[in-house]
Amino acid sequence: GKTRALDPMLKKRDDFEDILEERRNSSDLKYALRCYTPVLYKGVTPCTSSMLKSMVLQSDQLHYVINQVSKETGKATDDIKEEASAILEEMAQCLQLSTVRFFAFTLSKAFKTLFRSICVNEDGIQRLQQAIQEHPVVLLPSHRSYMDFLLMSYILYTYDVALPVIAAGMDFMGMKFVGEMLRMSGAFFIRRSFGGDKLYWALFSEYVKTMLKNGFAPVEFFLEGTRSRTSKSLTPKLGLLNIVMDPFLKGEVFDVNVVPVSISYERVLEETLYARELLGIPKPKESTSGLFKARKILSEDYGSIHVYFGQPVSVRSLAQGKVNRCQFNLVPRHIPRRPSEDIASFVNDSAYRLVRAQEENMVLKPWVLVASLLLQYHHQNQAAGQKRGIALVTQVVSSSLTLHRGLVRICEDKVQLAVEQDITTYLSTVFYYIAVILLSCASYRNQALHVFVRPALLALAIHTASSNQKQEVFNSFSFLRNMFSNEFILCPGATVQDFEEACYLLVKTGALQFTQQEVLVTERGHRTLAFLSTMLDPFLQGYQVVCRFLCEEATETLTEKQFIPAVRKFIKKLLLAGRLRYMEVLSSDLQKNSLAALLRLGAVRKMKG
Amino acid sequence: MNYGSSVSGERLFAECKYSTQALHIILNLCQYLFFHRQEILKWNGWGYSDTRFLFNKKGQAEFTGKRYRLSGMIIPALQNWFEGTFGASVQHKSPAMPILTSSAVQPPTLNEAFVDELKSTGIPCSHDAEDRVFRGHGHCLHEVFALREGKVGRVPDIVVWPNCHNDVVKIVELACKHNVCLIPYGGGTSVSSALECPPEETRCIVSLDTSQMNRILWIDEKNLTAHVEAGIVGQELERLLNESGYCTGHEPDSMEFSSLGGWVATRASGMKKNIYGNIEDLVVHVKMVTPQGVIEKGCQCPRMSTGPDIHHFIMGSEGTLGVVTEVTMKIRPMPEYQKYGSVVFPNFEQGVACLREVAKQRCAPASIRLMDNEQFKFGHALKPQVSSIFTSFLDGLKKFYITKFKGFDPDRLCVATLLFEGDREKVLQHEKQVYDIAAKFGGLAAGEDNGQRGYMLTFVIAYLRDLGMDYYVIGESFETSVPWDRVLDICRNVKARIIQECKDKGVQFSPLSTCRVTQTYDAGACVYFYFAFNYRGLSDPVHVYEQVEHAAREEILANGGSLSHHHGVGKLRKEWMRETISDVGMGMLKSVKNYVDPKNIFGNRNLI
Repeated sequence: GKTRALDPMLKKRDDFEDILEERRNSSDLKYALRCYTPVLYKGVTPCTSSMLKSMVLQSDQLHYVINQVSKETGKATDDIKEEASAILEEMAQCLQLSTVRFFAFTLSKAFKTLFRSICVNEDGIQRLQQAIQEHPVVLLPSHRSYMDFLLMSYILYTYDVALPVIAAGMDFMGMKFVGEMLRMSGAFFIRRSFGGDKLYWALFSEYVKTMLKNGFAPVEFFLEGTRSRTSKSLTPKLGLLNIVMDPFLKGEVFDVNVVPVSISYERVLEETLYARELLGIPKPKESTSGLFKARKILSEDYGSIHVYFGQPVSVRSLAQGKVNRCQFNLVPRHIPRRPSEDIASFVNDSAYRLVRAQEENMVLKPWVLVASLLLQYHHQNQAAGQKRGIALVTQVVSSSLTLHRGLVRICEDKVQLAVEQDITTYLSTVFYYIAVILLSCASYRNQALHVFVRPALLALAIHTASSNQKQEVFNSFSFLRNMFSNEFILCPGATVQDFEEACYLLVKTGALQFTQQEVLVTERGHRTLAFLSTMLDPFLQGYQVVCRFLCEEATETLTEKQFIPAVRKFIKKLLLAGRLRYMEVLSSDLQKNSLAALLRLGAVRKMKG
Repeated sequence: MNYGSSVSGERLFAECKYSTQALHIILNLCQYLFFHRQEILKWNGWGYSDTRFLFNKKGQAEFTGKRYRLSGMIIPALQNWFEGTFGASVQHKSPAMPILTSSAVQPPTLNEAFVDELKSTGIPCSHDAEDRVFRGHGHCLHEVFALREGKVGRVPDIVVWPNCHNDVVKIVELACKHNVCLIPYGGGTSVSSALECPPEETRCIVSLDTSQMNRILWIDEKNLTAHVEAGIVGQELERLLNESGYCTGHEPDSMEFSSLGGWVATRASGMKKNIYGNIEDLVVHVKMVTPQGVIEKGCQCPRMSTGPDIHHFIMGSEGTLGVVTEVTMKIRPMPEYQKYGSVVFPNFEQGVACLREVAKQRCAPASIRLMDNEQFKFGHALKPQVSSIFTSFLDGLKKFYITKFKGFDPDRLCVATLLFEGDREKVLQHEKQVYDIAAKFGGLAAGEDNGQRGYMLTFVIAYLRDLGMDYYVIGESFETSVPWDRVLDICRNVKARIIQECKDKGVQFSPLSTCRVTQTYDAGACVYFYFAFNYRGLSDPVHVYEQVEHAAREEILANGGSLSHHHGVGKLRKEWMRETISDVGMGMLKSVKNYVDPKNIFGNRNLI
């Protein structure tokens, strides 16, 4: 209505419904055995999992690549065919309803003990049903936990929606029994890296396309490629997105519907695992026995999950005016070709848009703001040598405090981080313990970063610009945005839009005023801008430290493998010497991102060999 | 200008050596008969005036007249199909204006000097409003729709009827001398806005009607060629050749009305091209009058290696370079035996696979066409009332066999129609070969009757469009050619695009969006789309229609289809020419135009 017209940022969100509520009130067994009759794609060609495999092996694409490989390697085509068939065997899913029913039963039990509620927007489910009927569908959930894809299938089963096939990393196959179980619940497995392996690439892309084109099942994968250990969205990976868009671009289907799904955990199962991993404390290999050890997780409270099924996005409408589909007219479509420039940039832009759509529909708990403030206070007080906290305010906040009692403590009615202020006094054993808490806390703050990042970049830009001239501020904004584009989801080529959005928001909140030429901070704006720039301060300092490391410590050449341990040691030294405030700079994620940024900006160079 | 009764009259003009005076007298007597096509043809719709579909008082569809197999018959299923498919109702009529008010036609801009000199040559001409309006349009939807509403845009200022090649030479000379614009007019069946007068044209526009140049000048039985004047209409050409035991075998769907010169100028294609070839295969020699003079080859040889073939500048030039006056065409002895046939396939994919295999084995019959499910149902709705209980019983049995016993889904099955031609034994042998291939793709022979009805659909479809327009339904057909590997994709995507665009543009009812694979080649096929919708509730239906057709063409091009297989470019599809033939290609065509017609006398502005 009116508010929407006035403020494009305020969109109406769907209502959520808790699907665990019914599970708590009725039989799980009955639920697992209930009649399941999902609506299918109207153009579906009915086929089985094994028929899919032979369709792939008989495809023109594969024929072509097998002949090509045979010519290049001198191997007999029959041998290569056998190899192909073995690879496909290793890759393929074999979705079985019985396994899904088994999971429906066991997951019901597990979810009920782990989570307070699993809330789903039903309108989103209805839109998805509609989308599945009309065109092949790709599901793109955010990735924060191993839980994600089981949870997705669980929800879709609950709502009688077609079960997806899911692209999963090969590492799962390490867990023998579980791997097979996952395969039977729709997972198909991809090797983590297969760089130049033409045959593997052809099999993999053809397998995914065949499932998609025939409407066998919705295809699900994670745009971010891997679980985000920091709760920030990761820079999207383009391989699979390229593959699922290809059938539309080549005219093999009329359209493909892409559905971004945002899964927000109040507390992820892997909370401390991630922090440890980022700090370089070795991660346990995925193994079946490891999973059973994880049973102790079951005794903890992980709050609630919100799953938001976003608006289906038509690839056709995304591509309108951006891609010239005639480019496939002059070469047979089954001959693999590197995507042209316009397609590459189209897929990249789309990927960013979709990740942003995931971000926008994330559900943020008040705790996320509390964590942000606690971190800011912690570091400010650390500098001032004071001990302070936030006054306990509402019921809502206190409920999330019990959930995160490992991270905070209440001291004289004030909430504080469960950490001593002065890190220089830490013994080295406690050092990492503290770091885990701070990184965990930072991961909650990170959940809100996508909301603040644009105005925060502007705040920082105003702070660093040499004058108040609009152009100066913009240049400074543009530099910072460019610098941090490996760190946050900032759509390529959208600098001006981002700047305008940030200006709009800060003017609207009364923090800024614009004259013809200048940007002015208002009286009450100073506090807002300080809050915003403090939010990005750890990142800014982190990047600076990495630069310092490269200038001061790095010898002429540094291998990629040596980089993280070396920079970590350097940072630890600074922290212990009291010359660096933010322990979260220890995060290998930040270190890798800053190196990638420096590489991209040409400040460092990569040498082969 | 076939039109039956007038044939004997035409013979009177077989010789071109009358004194002008004598000619005038005869012309005055006969002009009414010969030059006013609109007396036998509709001025604001398709085909013969006596032939049309209508819903009678009982709501049953009827096809009037006596000219077609379907004429005079009741078509009981049409109303249901029509109302069901379009959400239309026979209660909601949108009738056309019955007569043309001459006040709607702008007075002619006459170049007096040109008219005076033209009159002195004795070549008949007219600036009567009806004559001008009749030659100012083709049969695109927007053209016919406007006429039905009594709206007339820019039309030719004067119509001229040359009687022979030399008349044309004189007219073109005068046109150059007085700088008037010439637009050649053959059968008037264009569906590419090719006959529309460019609104920006300020010169006097002369419509050059070739209908009087309709004689077969000679037949050469040694070489199996015939030399024919370009104004002859398709069915008349066949009829006259048949009298001598020959045929050209060139049968475009418009052959009742379209002319030989028009075929050459648009690169036409005939239904039986598998045996006889398309127009470019049939033409041995062409004579064209251009502002630079007459262009023709010096011999009538079957093939030459003498640089680029100048026939290919002429074929497809769409009236931008000159007027085709005489053509030497290949002829064949009339076939001894003809047989229709049809095959039902469980789905369109199987049907296309079968056609591809037939093309691969190079055993395509004279004609082979594959209609999709919607078009199959459409064809079915045109079944005339059956006379005996026995036939209707047989029909029921056939339907039962196909859908129940063979398990074909009535909403997915599709049908291929076949036409075999040749000597009897070979036809039967050929037939078996094709049916054997079909069987490999799940095809079931479905009888001659279904086949014949399929071909009838192409002749009556344009009459059906007029019926639709009487009841708020507008539509059109358009075509493309496409490589084999793209056929299924293009059919699916273009049909879906039409449906989506209709929805997006606010069409209240779901449209009819259907296609058929209508010709096969070694490397691809020709695909034909029909598209129609109920426009009630739209303020500017023609604009919506044009937007949808535009989008459909974009979709065709994005799916590797051609701009046109045989309709031509005209002005309707001009915007896509550059991407179709490249910048250099455009430059080549333009430089030919600049040399041949620097003053743009042939100013219909088609093609480039």
